[in-house]
Amino acid sequence: MVSRIPVTLVVNGIETQLEVTPWTTLLDALRDHLHLTGTKKGCDHGQCGACTVLIDGRRVNSCLTLTVMKDGAEVTTIEGLATDGALHPLQQAFIDHDAFQCGYCTPGQICSAAGLLAEGKARTEDEIRELMSGNICRCGAYPNIVAAIHQAMGAMGSAS
Amino acid sequence: MIDFEYARASDVADAVRRIASDPTAKFIAGGTNLIDLMKGNVERPSRLIDISRLPLKTVEKTAAGGVVIGALVPNSDLSYHPLIEQQYPLLASAIRAGASQQLRNMASTGGNLLQRTRCYYFYDTATPCNKREPGSGCSAIKGLNRMHAILGTSDACIATHPSDMCVGLAALEAKVHVMGPGGERTIVFEDFHRLPGETPHLDTNLHPDEIVTTIELPARGFATNYTYLKIRDRLSYAFALVSVAAALELDGGTITEARLALGGVAHKPWRDPAAEAALRGQAGDQTSFARAADLLLRDAKRFAHNAFKIDLARRAIVRALTQAAQGTPQSQSDKKIR
Ligand SMILES: Cc1cc2nc3c(=O)[nH]c(=O)nc-3n(C[C@H](O)[C@H](O)[C@H](O)COP(=O)(O)OP(=O)(O)OC[C@H]3O[C@@H](n4cnc5c(N)ncnc54)[C@H](O)[C@@H]3O)c2cc1C
Ligand code: SF4
Ligand code: FES
Ligand code: FES
Repeated sequence: MVSRIPVTLVVNGIETQLEVTPWTTLLDALRDHLHLTGTKKGCDHGQCGACTVLIDGRRVNSCLTLTVMKDGAEVTTIEGLATDGALHPLQQAFIDHDAFQCGYCTPGQICSAAGLLAEGKARTEDEIRELMSGNICRCGAYPNIVAAIHQAMGAMGSAS
Repeated sequence: MIDFEYARASDVADAVRRIASDPTAKFIAGGTNLIDLMKGNVERPSRLIDISRLPLKTVEKTAAGGVVIGALVPNSDLSYHPLIEQQYPLLASAIRAGASQQLRNMASTGGNLLQRTRCYYFYDTATPCNKREPGSGCSAIKGLNRMHAILGTSDACIATHPSDMCVGLAALEAKVHVMGPGGERTIVFEDFHRLPGETPHLDTNLHPDEIVTTIELPARGFATNYTYLKIRDRLSYAFALVSVAAALELDGGTITEARLALGGVAHKPWRDPAAEAALRGQAGDQTSFARAADLLLRDAKRFAHNAFKIDLARRAIVRALTQAAQGTPQSQSDKKIR
């Protein structure tokens, strides 16, 4: 018998009870248990950033996170960024700048950028590029991604 | 990943008790290295002991004017901590040169020290590897060895230690405080990681039943003349081919103290007392820098695909010492090397 462990997460503002095996990653819990398939699995090894979500406001790779270790945490995924139907400024900026092609990396890019804005460490485009380097885009939409984040930074008042 | 059990340590003593009573158990902190290795069946612990909630998350000043860093401080927080940014910008820079911000948010200070090599064969369980399976042989020595070591290698293993942070800690002469069933002890950084020798399965001198609790830095921070220069295949989010931490103290144009540590070239962050001694008392110029580089690399050994690292290391050392002497450290966001 595989032992399952009860875990409570607040996912996009909603308290959620789960029973998971110790090896269930947060990525698999979100996609397979909670059917929140916005968060993508690219490499499953921390090498691409497609699985980026926010835990207690900080961006992390959900593919290298064990769900059992996060009991009690607040998780924000791409599905939780819009408020009352209004797009998050980053979502709007990605649309305005056409910052994607296939879209597979986009949820991770946007969650990562939300983490970047909260950190407040990026000011220049070089700094945005460096602090977004954990998100690979196979379509190469990088210039538009950087432009979109730059716009959102201004819109949200965190640009200098 | 194989079937494993999960337990949460309630305090440091509990963590030690749990690891000492089960030799097949492993600690997990950020999980960024261990989970990756478990997915590939390279690491197969029967039980994970979660230490991520232990109260080892502060960075504090010591009476001696240094700082003591909890083993569970995330890499990102450490690199942005005011005490580290001001007194040890070399360490802040080395940390930011590694991995990605997401990974640095997860990775712990202790876990960073204990991360394992990125040798492709170590990850590939279908190939022999003395580090993964002692006695099975080394696939890299006659295989693909572009990323591999040029210094301190053995006939059993030519892997490198992949950490950037550790190269900074080596240059700053950190100390590692650990706790085991017999109590506390302190390991100087130089003695923390091992050379492969005949026992490449042992990366460090930490005993299997010990936990890293804190890392201490001495007062001397080299905050004026330092750099961390990392050369890699792409500009970010890649492991070092060669990296150099350089730290100097100067009196006028004369070097009074020099620290030089290299990453990507050996099984541990590489320091060479002879190369550092050769810099002391010298003018900080290209001649003394080139001599130090030659000294440090005098026993460098090339393999089929990594011969380029010797020249690359020589040039990186000279460039890093130049940046340090000029007080113009390498930026980790503007990637142009000046
Ligand atoms: C895609 C990718 C790219 C990366 N790039 C870089 C890079 O460029 N430069 C770089 O330096 N690093 C890089 N890393 C590695 C990263 O820095 C390490 O994985 C991380 O520092 C490990 O810390 P952790 O807390 O996640 O360790 P874990 O995975 O939790 O643990 C690693 C090991 O340490 C042991 N351990 C953890 N804490 C303790 C403790 N307190 N006492 C005793 N044992 C302990 C565990 O048992 C385990 O064996 C990269 C990682 C990934 C996935
Ligand atoms: S270099 Fe070391 S880690 Fe790589 S295959 Fe040889 S023994 Fe294994
Ligand atoms: S799926 Fe997590 S980093 Fe690629
Ligand atoms: S838009 Fe296709 S991978 Fe980024």
